Amino acid sequence: MTEILADLNYWVTIFLMIGGLYIITAHGNMIKKLVGLGIFQTSVYLLFLSPGKVLGGTAPIIAPGFELYSNPLPHVLILTAIVVGVATIALGLALVVRIHEAYGTIEDDEVQEMEAD
Amino acid sequence: MNTVLLLFMVVVVIGIIRAHNLFSVVILGGAYSFLLATVMVVLDAVDVAMTEAAVGAGMSTVLLLAVLHLTRTREAPLRHAPAIPLLVCLLTGSALVYATVDLPPFGLADNPQNQHVAPYYLDNAEKETKSPNVVTAVLASYRGFDTLGEVTVIFTAGIGVLILLSRRRRREMIVVDEGRSKHDA
Repeated sequence: MTEILADLNYWVTIFLMIGGLYIITAHGNMIKKLVGLGIFQTSVYLLFLSPGKVLGGTAPIIAPGFELYSNPLPHVLILTAIVVGVATIALGLALVVRIHEAYGTIEDDEVQEMEAD
Repeated sequence: MNTVLLLFMVVVVIGIIRAHNLFSVVILGGAYSFLLATVMVVLDAVDVAMTEAAVGAGMSTVLLLAVLHLTRTREAPLRHAPAIPLLVCLLTGSALVYATVDLPPFGLADNPQNQHVAPYYLDNAEKETKSPNVVTAVLASYRGFDTLGEVTVIFTAGIGVLILLSRRRRREMIVVDEGRSKHDA
């Protein structure tokens, strides 16, 4: 039972990844696509943080009385990734605003139809 | 605790997939980010959790709401059954689940990923950088160039947003468009 629970982190990570991928590929609305992109990105955060956790360990802030700490390296990498992720979303949203101004819609198939006309 | 939070996240993502009102999609996205931040606290990543709560749940949600205000709040229904995306997702998902079989067991200190450079940071960071918080020490000192690269990315993205949304340029483009339509006529 504990083994199954231990792998649950990875399986939920995979589910979130697939959920994000599904939203990006199946939905045509650009804002929803960006939310899906965000979900995909956050699933990668979990993918990095889960293996760095040490059972019985604590947050990597050195203090007397604690011997076992979780791996600090994934935390640093993901700290960078979060900020870069928001920058990506912001740029995507700016593009959405411009597309809405130019075409009056934020559905990608409607934009394609207008381009085809 | 961790299990419950992770299952909540799964439920929220299913909710996001099914919701057609973009307003609820954005708010569910905010709830998702807060759940993720709590999971990060459980995984001992307190610095990351703080950043995720502030940047992921706070700023992203505000940005998305601002864009909803400028555009529209309903998603058009899907025109055809999403057969190909579903197939791709299921294939990718099963490949990834198959890959988890080979991962080292969860949460052991002697897993390979915890034996590489992390012990050096934990042993020497306080001595070498005078910061008891190892994450801060690695971020600002050992991997300072990474952080410089991150700042470069944000700066570039900021310039991109400013160029896309700048008012003067847009007015010029409208003038050019009008000029062209006069020319056509």
